[in-house]
Amino acid sequence: MMMEEREPDEIEALLPWHAAGTLSRDDAARVEAALARDHELARRYALVREELAETIRLNEALGAPSPRPLQRLMTQIHVGAADSARRRGSVAIGRWLEGLLLRLSPRTLAWSAVAAAIVILVQAGFLAALFVGPQGHSYRAASIEQAGAPGSYALVGFVPQASAADVTKFLETHKASVVDGPRAGGLYRIRIGEGGLSRDELAKIVDRIQQESAVIRFAAPAD
Amino acid sequence: MQATSDEALIGRIAAGDKLAMHLLFARHHVRVYRFVLRLVRDESLAEDLISDVFLDVWRQASRFERRSSVGTWLLAIGRHKALSALRKRPGQTLDEERTAAIEDPADDPEIAVQKKDKSEILRKCLNGLSAEHREIIDLVYYHERSVDEVAGIVGIPANTVKTRMFYARKRLSELLKAAGLDRGWP
Repeated sequence: MMMEEREPDEIEALLPWHAAGTLSRDDAARVEAALARDHELARRYALVREELAETIRLNEALGAPSPRPLQRLMTQIHVGAADSARRRGSVAIGRWLEGLLLRLSPRTLAWSAVAAAIVILVQAGFLAALFVGPQGHSYRAASIEQAGAPGSYALVGFVPQASAADVTKFLETHKASVVDGPRAGGLYRIRIGEGGLSRDELAKIVDRIQQESAVIRFAAPAD
Repeated sequence: MQATSDEALIGRIAAGDKLAMHLLFARHHVRVYRFVLRLVRDESLAEDLISDVFLDVWRQASRFERRSSVGTWLLAIGRHKALSALRKRPGQTLDEERTAAIEDPADDPEIAVQKKDKSEILRKCLNGLSAEHREIIDLVYYHERSVDEVAGIVGIPANTVKTRMFYARKRLSELLKAAGLDRGWP
């Protein structure tokens, strides 16, 4: 901490704010009157004005930041919005379930619990039968079929001002759906069309998507 | 046509309007960047800090109480972020001065004055002040903050603001004298 041992003269202390034009009307009038009658104070005021001019010049010479902070900010806002939407979704499901259970009478609730227990037991039986049964009907085979389903994918970034309605309309127009994201840089992986597209067809669609600058800031084919 | 006020933009940001966020950023980010950069003296860090400042605005817009202007609020957040970043850097303090950058051992003071013009020396000495003194001089002269606004940003009483500004200027005069420029004050 610096030494601030002595109070400066009251009017002299106000000179920097007078030079910057940030004093109240009354204080400015007091300083003006003092400057008019005190030549030494007026000389010191000239020094203050020099300091002010050079401080402005010094700060202006610092230039401006790159576009990086705005991109970083908007990415963080997108990520935050996606997280809170997910949180809102799970809270809504929780509240719906809570409301449903509260509406049920104790007897109904008890019967529901018994029914649920029976369903779980039946499901367990089916699963056991699947695992001990022939290999061709296993869960593993079904999973591979799903992964191998035809589809073409692209990576897209939406402009920061795009609303939820804009994004929904964009997805409908291109028969697309979001399968993953947001990734680093606020990018989303989307699936385009229902069938598999050739590389050229996918490139043409991505070109068309890139033209939609009102909604899209980035688009590229993806695996 | 009248531009949307900063306060109206904050209201829209509180409602989740990203366009309003863009407008507020465009209006204030350069000044906040320069203020923070003068404190941390690191361009990359200053850029990170201003995006953090505006992210705080995005998250806390609904809590803005209009006790100060939006510009003052942004500078206060920027200052807080800059000081937190400085604290994480070992060996860097607010009182640190850069006198070595001002004095030129090769020249005696008279030659130094002949070689460089007065305003260049003044700018060099302004740069050589401690962060605490640079901060108050920037807030008053460049960011045009009143005594009360500086008090709010720095978190000190109004009288201390005036005293600190006086001593920042006094220290500046001492640095100028050391660099060969005697202003006859104080």
